[in-house]
Amino acid sequence: MDLKELYQEIILDHGKNPRNLRKTENFNKDAKGHNPLCGDNVHIYLKLNENKKVEDISFEGHGCAISMASASIMTDLVKGKEEAEVKEIVNDFLDMIKEKEELQNKILNEDEKTKLMCLSGVKQYPMRVKCATLSWHTLTSAIDDFQKIVNTES
Amino acid sequence: MDIDSIKKEFPIFDNKVQNNDLVYLDSANSSQKPRVVIDRIYDFYSKEFSNVGRSVHYLAVAATNLYENTRTSVQRYINAKDKNEIVFTKGATEAINLVANTFGQKYLEEGDEVLLTELEHHSNYVPWHFLRNSKKIKIEFAEINEAGEITIEAIKNKITNKTKIISVTHLSNVTGAILPIKEIVELAHSKNIPVLVDGCQGAPHLKLDMQELDCDFYAISGHKMYGPTGIGVLYAKKKWLDDLPPYQGGGGMINEVKKTGISYGELPNKYEAGTMATAQVIAFNESIKFMEKVGIENIEKHEKELLDYGLDILGKNNSIKIVGNPKNKGGVISFTIEGVHPHDIATILDEDGVAIRAGHHCCQILHEKLKLPATARASFGIYNTKDDIDQLSQSIENCKKIFNI
Repeated sequence: MDLKELYQEIILDHGKNPRNLRKTENFNKDAKGHNPLCGDNVHIYLKLNENKKVEDISFEGHGCAISMASASIMTDLVKGKEEAEVKEIVNDFLDMIKEKEELQNKILNEDEKTKLMCLSGVKQYPMRVKCATLSWHTLTSAIDDFQKIVNTES
Repeated sequence: MDIDSIKKEFPIFDNKVQNNDLVYLDSANSSQKPRVVIDRIYDFYSKEFSNVGRSVHYLAVAATNLYENTRTSVQRYINAKDKNEIVFTKGATEAINLVANTFGQKYLEEGDEVLLTELEHHSNYVPWHFLRNSKKIKIEFAEINEAGEITIEAIKNKITNKTKIISVTHLSNVTGAILPIKEIVELAHSKNIPVLVDGCQGAPHLKLDMQELDCDFYAISGHKMYGPTGIGVLYAKKKWLDDLPPYQGGGGMINEVKKTGISYGELPNKYEAGTMATAQVIAFNESIKFMEKVGIENIEKHEKELLDYGLDILGKNNSIKIVGNPKNKGGVISFTIEGVHPHDIATILDEDGVAIRAGHHCCQILHEKLKLPATARASFGIYNTKDDIDQLSQSIENCKKIFNI
């Protein structure tokens, strides 16, 4: 295992200065996520316009560098995408973290994919995978309007 | 005391963890096991196994005697008056659930109060919480002071004429505060309130004398005392065990079973329903003997030295904030590093073979009070050395380097 792969510069940067760490005004979808093992909390706010495009996305919460960086990068990448595209990106990311070597989607460009692949270091740290995926599961929950709080342990 | 030779009695340290020597600083979570305990489980299953307390064949009688020998050892170790005051459970959690359930059933009514403290871990809160729903009781929390301690005044402040039982930790698994149990018990008894002591952290690290403490109940976790998992002890004064209703029903705890009614067995069988964790109970005797051989005074002294050394080393590090500063403190150092989340600390330390715990340590009430979502915690056992703390300190430096602090 290699800590340098887990804590790449870009992760540390996003972890320390998370983008979109705020609350979207006039959001029309939101969801909360919680990891009881770490105490990590995330609240995702989403504003979809009439064409179901992500006009704005933001989050509030606290957690480790991995979870904050993951939420930060995620919000950056899905902004401006259509709802169906967001879902595809989310599923692709979760598949990659779970088993696949590469991202398969055709929505993100190569630079964006490279940025996202920085999070793949957690694959070597099974206990930390949930840190990376919490905000992504929560985003799915927001889009699907689930009323239940996403919980990594249930 | 020769710690190196004591450490050699723990086989886990013979192996490398991810190519590193293991620096195990998570004993407040669970301790490692000496060879005598591990071997005892193997030997019992290989040569002596039988269920206890039922059959009359040779193995059954021998196993029953071994099982009861542990009860006698625990009685001796904690200085209980009667060996029937020792009830085996699957852990301290079950011991506390047993009391909350049976005491609650018999003595708690709507509006009654149970007094806990803000230091309690979930095992000493959730079992009482059940009674909020079933009995409409109230739960009060004695508040910590700035040092992360519970003073006798904090307890006094929360006692009302509705307080029916006080349940407090002996030693906090986060701040390390050792509570003034004797004073709490004296105060409570002057108002006819019984006291349960959660001894999860007390029993492995402090000298126990039930006659001196005079508490009504004391819950012990075996796996934190160099013993196997799946074994705990509830010490309770005999008057309570005679008085309270049984907890779980099943074989072993009955006297006579008829279609029309059932009578229950005598102590200690009354509270030990079903086949118990026999091998674990028998091996737990070896843990007690191991602790007696080392000597609890020596354990206390050694862990105090480690604590002082650790507080000194980590205290000098400006990036580290130590949580709580109790005057009377056990071998636990919880800390945060400005700019690094405790889970990142734990992952980075782990890379060097340094095992600590990060999170809320099953104490969400306390972390909420401290306004900290999580902390990192190093906790000590008899096998730890100053070298372990040096390695901890060095790995923390690595952590700061990775995070550019």
